[in-house]
Amino acid sequence: MNRFAALLDRLAYEPGRNNKLRLLTSYFREVGDPDRGYALAALTGALSFKHAKPGLIRDLIAERTDPVLFALSYDYVGDLSETVALMWPSPQHAQSSPLPTRSGGEGGERTAAGHNNPMPDHNNPPPPTLAEVVTTLRTLGKSELPKQLSRWLDELDETGRWALLKLVTGAMRIGISARLAKTAAAEFGKKDPHDIELMWPGLTPPYLDLFAWLEGRGEQPVNLDPAPFRPVMLAHAIENTDFAGLDAADYIAEWKWDGIRVQAVGGRDAHGHILARLYSRSGEDITKSFPDLLPSLHFQDSLDSKLDDSRKPLHTFRHQASFAIDGELLVVRNGRVQSFNVLQQRLNRKVVSPKLTKDYPIHLRAYDLLGDGDADLRTLPFAERRARLESFVARLDDPRIDLSPTIPFDSWEALTLARRDPKSAGAGEDADAVEGVMLKRRDALYLPGRPKGQWWKWKRDPHVIDAVLMYAQHGHGKRSSYYSDYTFGVWISTENGDELVPVGKAYFGFTDEELMQIDRFVRRNTTEKFGPVRHVVHEPEQGLVLEVAFEGLQRSTRHKSGVAMRFPRINRLRWDKPPREADRLETLERMLKGIAISGAADAGPQ
Amino acid sequence: MRRAQAYMIKMRPQDILMPVAAGLCCKPGGFHIDPVRPVERAVITHGHSDHARPGHGAVLATRETLDVMRLRYGDDFARSTQAIAYGEEIRLGGVTVEFHPAGHVLGSAQIAVSCGGTRVVASGDYKDARDPTCAPFEVVPCDVFITEATFGLPVFRHGDAADEVKKLLASVALFPERAHLVGAYSLGKAQRVIALLRQAGYDAPVYLHGAMEKITRYYQSRGVALGELRPVKGMKKADLAGTIAIAPPTATSDIWTRRFPDPVTAFASGWMRVRARGRQRGVELPLVISDHADWDGLTRTIEATGAGEIWVTHGQEDALVHWCTTRGLAARPLDLIGYGDEDEGETSPGPEEADE
Repeated sequence: MNRFAALLDRLAYEPGRNNKLRLLTSYFREVGDPDRGYALAALTGALSFKHAKPGLIRDLIAERTDPVLFALSYDYVGDLSETVALMWPSPQHAQSSPLPTRSGGEGGERTAAGHNNPMPDHNNPPPPTLAEVVTTLRTLGKSELPKQLSRWLDELDETGRWALLKLVTGAMRIGISARLAKTAAAEFGKKDPHDIELMWPGLTPPYLDLFAWLEGRGEQPVNLDPAPFRPVMLAHAIENTDFAGLDAADYIAEWKWDGIRVQAVGGRDAHGHILARLYSRSGEDITKSFPDLLPSLHFQDSLDSKLDDSRKPLHTFRHQASFAIDGELLVVRNGRVQSFNVLQQRLNRKVVSPKLTKDYPIHLRAYDLLGDGDADLRTLPFAERRARLESFVARLDDPRIDLSPTIPFDSWEALTLARRDPKSAGAGEDADAVEGVMLKRRDALYLPGRPKGQWWKWKRDPHVIDAVLMYAQHGHGKRSSYYSDYTFGVWISTENGDELVPVGKAYFGFTDEELMQIDRFVRRNTTEKFGPVRHVVHEPEQGLVLEVAFEGLQRSTRHKSGVAMRFPRINRLRWDKPPREADRLETLERMLKGIAISGAADAGPQ
Repeated sequence: MRRAQAYMIKMRPQDILMPVAAGLCCKPGGFHIDPVRPVERAVITHGHSDHARPGHGAVLATRETLDVMRLRYGDDFARSTQAIAYGEEIRLGGVTVEFHPAGHVLGSAQIAVSCGGTRVVASGDYKDARDPTCAPFEVVPCDVFITEATFGLPVFRHGDAADEVKKLLASVALFPERAHLVGAYSLGKAQRVIALLRQAGYDAPVYLHGAMEKITRYYQSRGVALGELRPVKGMKKADLAGTIAIAPPTATSDIWTRRFPDPVTAFASGWMRVRARGRQRGVELPLVISDHADWDGLTRTIEATGAGEIWVTHGQEDALVHWCTTRGLAARPLDLIGYGDEDEGETSPGPEEADE
């Protein structure tokens, strides 16, 4: 457990992806089964046991410490698990050794003994392993938890206690995704992460078969999941210079819908039960978040299935075999696809209430068909898959699942026009939710990852405003010596005349050369420092104007300005522009209305 | 241990030492301890800049503290100086002054002031943990013990510094193509980290930021074994791969770091015990190594002195004063202004965040 804790501790501070991978692979190398398997499970969120409530932890510490000292400490540290981990009076602190006095002399050695880590002897049992903790927690009764927890807390060191408390309270936020943990496992065994993703639903902690395969000691585990995830194919962003080498006739174009890319999979397990799953593009099972789509994914089993009153009778769904659809989740209201802002109401919800599903009905727009019955279609050219998809969706005849329409075009010029005005180029009232155009080679196979030259995304031009740099902060990792996080603002009128109000934060979009320039500007024009934050001069005649590009705008009560941007980034440095000529909040307000009413209208600088 | 009770006439401790604007004033002895503004006669515990300031008339301190002041402020940092050894006793006015090791940095001392059968110990900054670069802390029995409280909260338990150095070396082994940049205060912590590295068997050259060189060379001249040291200056970026460099904490997030290949930023400080502190500073490898006593060290020491009255200065006074009262000890915060921001110019970590 202490070794796992040390890994978590280090991961929590490490900003770099490759360095995180290195830390993980070295852990998998050093630590044997079954601990490393449980670690992988903990990092991918695959462990399941009843979590301890913070109240229990509070009770445990209250029995052992002075309430005033605990209150002062908690106030200082600000995190319950961490406070308890640090101030837990473990047995080795209790053995206080007498200090040397003046006559005593040899002080150093003796005092250090009080700090030493516990030696595993009969008074100090060895700290628990991760496997021990996980397997015990699985079967432990609720009433036994406090006693067991305090025993472990006695045995672990500070970092071990912190990790244990994070684990049992289910609050492990250490900035690594399930995907990254699996990638590390793949790297450890020099395998393709896609293979792990494929077999993952069939694996269970502590993954002995997986690690045997990764170490070359065993067969590749097979995924027996009847509704498996298939690694997703992604597109490259197209540049204007790319078109010269591309022939319009080789491509099929469709709208790029601004929703959530998903894979909808249906299948039948060994007992003949029907399964349907919705996966995110990274392979996460998100079925539970969208129960309202589920009936549409269950293929026809019997005629007396329950009906949803807003939907057609289910028996119209005549599909009898497994399938896998690649598509986009969208909210559709009154036949109109809603913007991403609306869809956001459905995301990251703990409870999906009937009201939510009624107000924000979810819909699947199909892009591609990866499997149909027993046939794996991924090895067919896109044009053929598209034909299969069209007939599949037609047979389905379900109001919640429809086909992503193609955009007819015969030249890049024609497509340019369509992209500029999706509304009149076929997207109609749904143009709100279009974030650009997708180009897919007719002969493209469905390949995992981002294969070169197969699929292109051609995003709508971003919205742009001119804002003034107000505050700067150090970046992380490679950028920790640079001021690379910028808060920028626009003008508003107040009783005291015009003032800048912050509207967003950006930390990318600039080139390395531009970063150096801004960094230099920040250092030379700091007016005040508040901890890590530098206030940078922002007066009407003095300051730096940043051209900020962003994808969308939203009302926000969390921001003083009342608006929040989506994907803001620094587009250009406007050294030529005095801050007084930067945009005003009214411009953003207008854009907000414009976006809501007319949809995809390009809002460039006015 | 209530020594004073053996005497018939007893000085009140506040008649011996009392806090004034300039620092702790000893009226019967005619001097101040660690004065924060220029005074006629100063008695100084150790060389950190918040305790040892230039511009006093006469200065009494250990030889090492005087040397450090000379290195920092030049030869004319005071009108006259007098060196005193550990265990030596000096009569100043109506009081007797003795110096005892404080275990904080090279030359650091606790100052015992006795008068009329009452002994008050001003401990300055101290730690009871092992430190190969300075004399170990000694407990001085007394009636009143004046303690710092930099880490005066029970969340501060610093563990064995050797384990932290192991963590650093494990990281060096894991990332051989990167440089490891350890932020450490230039007097005391830097040398202790180097000495701990040597004790852990690390024998490659350790690289030094320019601001560390003078003090570190001085440690070596006093017989502290630090192995081969090299300046960072003049090194090629590629040649710094796999090395360990020691720098003042602020330098580890500054332009200076761009000369290192993909540096891992470490920080050796007791503050690193609390995660938010490490994250705030963009530290990637926190090393919990402190030159101040941790909570257990503070409370253990207070008990060991046998003092019935505890005066608490700079740091988290509230918690320590509370702890004293629960043990039946008279305790009060001293509210001295100007301490705990030692090496501020070097680190600018915010007033409450100073370290050795």
